[in-house]
Amino acid sequence: MSELKPIATRESYGNALVKLGEAHKDLIVLDADLAAATKTGVFKKAFPDRHIDCGIAEANMAGIAAGLSTCGFVPFMSTFAMFAAGRAFEQVRNSIGYPHLNVKIGATHAGISVGEDGATHQCNEDIALMRAIPGMVVINPCDDVEARAAVEAAYAWEGPVYLRFGRLAVPVINDEASYKFEIGKGITLREGSDCTIIATGLCVSGALEAAGILEKEGISAQVINIHTIKPLDEELVIKAAQKTGRVFTVEEHSIIGGLGSAVAEVLGEKCPTPLKRIGINDVFGESGPAKELIHKYGLDGEGIAAVVMKG
Amino acid sequence: MDNLKLMQTAVEVRKGIVTAVHSAKSGHPGGSLSAADIFTFLYFEEMNIDPANPKNPDRDRFVLSKGHTAPGLYSTLANRGYFPVEDLKTLRHTGSYLQGHPDMKHIPGVDMSSGSLGQGLSCAVGMALGGKLQGKSYRVYALCGDGEIQEGQIWEAAMFAGSRKLDNLCVIVDNNKLQIDGPVEEVCSPYPIDKKFESFNFHVININGNDFDEIRKAMNEAKTVNGMPTAIIAHTVKGRGVSFMEDQVGWHGTAPNDEQYAIAMEELRKAGEALCQN
Repeated sequence: MSELKPIATRESYGNALVKLGEAHKDLIVLDADLAAATKTGVFKKAFPDRHIDCGIAEANMAGIAAGLSTCGFVPFMSTFAMFAAGRAFEQVRNSIGYPHLNVKIGATHAGISVGEDGATHQCNEDIALMRAIPGMVVINPCDDVEARAAVEAAYAWEGPVYLRFGRLAVPVINDEASYKFEIGKGITLREGSDCTIIATGLCVSGALEAAGILEKEGISAQVINIHTIKPLDEELVIKAAQKTGRVFTVEEHSIIGGLGSAVAEVLGEKCPTPLKRIGINDVFGESGPAKELIHKYGLDGEGIAAVVMKG
Repeated sequence: MDNLKLMQTAVEVRKGIVTAVHSAKSGHPGGSLSAADIFTFLYFEEMNIDPANPKNPDRDRFVLSKGHTAPGLYSTLANRGYFPVEDLKTLRHTGSYLQGHPDMKHIPGVDMSSGSLGQGLSCAVGMALGGKLQGKSYRVYALCGDGEIQEGQIWEAAMFAGSRKLDNLCVIVDNNKLQIDGPVEEVCSPYPIDKKFESFNFHVININGNDFDEIRKAMNEAKTVNGMPTAIIAHTVKGRGVSFMEDQVGWHGTAPNDEQYAIAMEELRKAGEALCQN
């Protein structure tokens, strides 16, 4: 699929909302003065009456989303991951999570691939925060095909869903015609026998690259795409751990509380297996072009392969 | 409902508050009692609601943004017939549906889960916006504390409501003048409350929130306002109706012991009797 142009999953989000909005009149989109950046601007253009700009007030936006959902709307509240999961954490927890309201949180600009804006805007903690809320579904799609499918699945799901999108254009690695998305089901992208690389979001393409590098070194790596971090596909994780005996997790997120932690929890309790978490190592990010940062923080194919070879 | 009947009902609501908090051995009687007349007026006179059909999509909505005064809301809902008055004694007990703060998932008649201060008003604004978008005529009422409005989110919500001209929204501030740490004016003054809401493009009415004539007049006025939300600044007495709790900051979040409970219930019984003789 490499002939397709790379596209940021935030763009997929906006496009998917337009498509869903045509079919579903109860879908409503909220923004906090970032419609151009969250890519919901296309929805605003198509359905101006169902796009509500709340201004720079994310806490209030979360409450408005909660109130609208009690009236039968399906709100998609959109802002950067830092503000959706960070600034408005307690509003998401208490006004949306506790009453288990049917609100979808479209969080763009997640992780260090925000790039030049630097550490204040690079949210590497959102998966940890959102996954700790009872009943919250947490989805981190890896490409355009998966992101659009995830938005549709989130709409169809009854209850709160956190959708994590990126700013950076990423390669399209899934084949639209054959791709199937199911909340809570991981996808094996490549079979292998020596180790398993479990990746999420934009790190999935890096994990595939790493598997290619490792193959040349005589290491057979299985690659799993975990798009839904909660509920986690425990069965798939355990099966892969049993088969290969060694697991690596890769995410554009802190190694504390994200995919790596989720996998560690299930393996620790149900199938103790040597595990190495690859991610942001408990540090803040920094300014720089996204691709350079991904390389610097060891999240590209080369960086992942190096960790796997080290063992 | 005439004022006498409302006053009698408010006495029953206050009995329920004191009973629930006494049984729970914890909770917030002061702000429940100060707002008891407002709760009573809303549920027995003002709002278009039906205890037999609490989820009716066309009903008026109420959000208790100052959610810690749940005993006031619960006692009102119970007396209105949403659930048995007897259940008030299970407040805050393990396994009871009557949670310490309003829980819309388990308590009939509760329109929004709330309690973390500052959040409820945003949810009420969302409901008011939803009504406008759907072309429905229901109204949304939110009750905030005068301490609660120290939360910045209140003003985010007020800015949005004023900006969107949500005239189906009525915010009531229970201005009982005390918060846990002391007088609101000393802790971090929110005054002038009326001017603040005015500057956020609200129609503002100052009233005595323990007087049914004034509550009725303000609610009626709010319904005639076009193009802006209304804020009713209700000047009330914290602990109203139980002499030793009135204007005492210590009764913000303290439950009466058995002796105090007996005295409070006797006072309320006498107040109810006096109203019957009128």
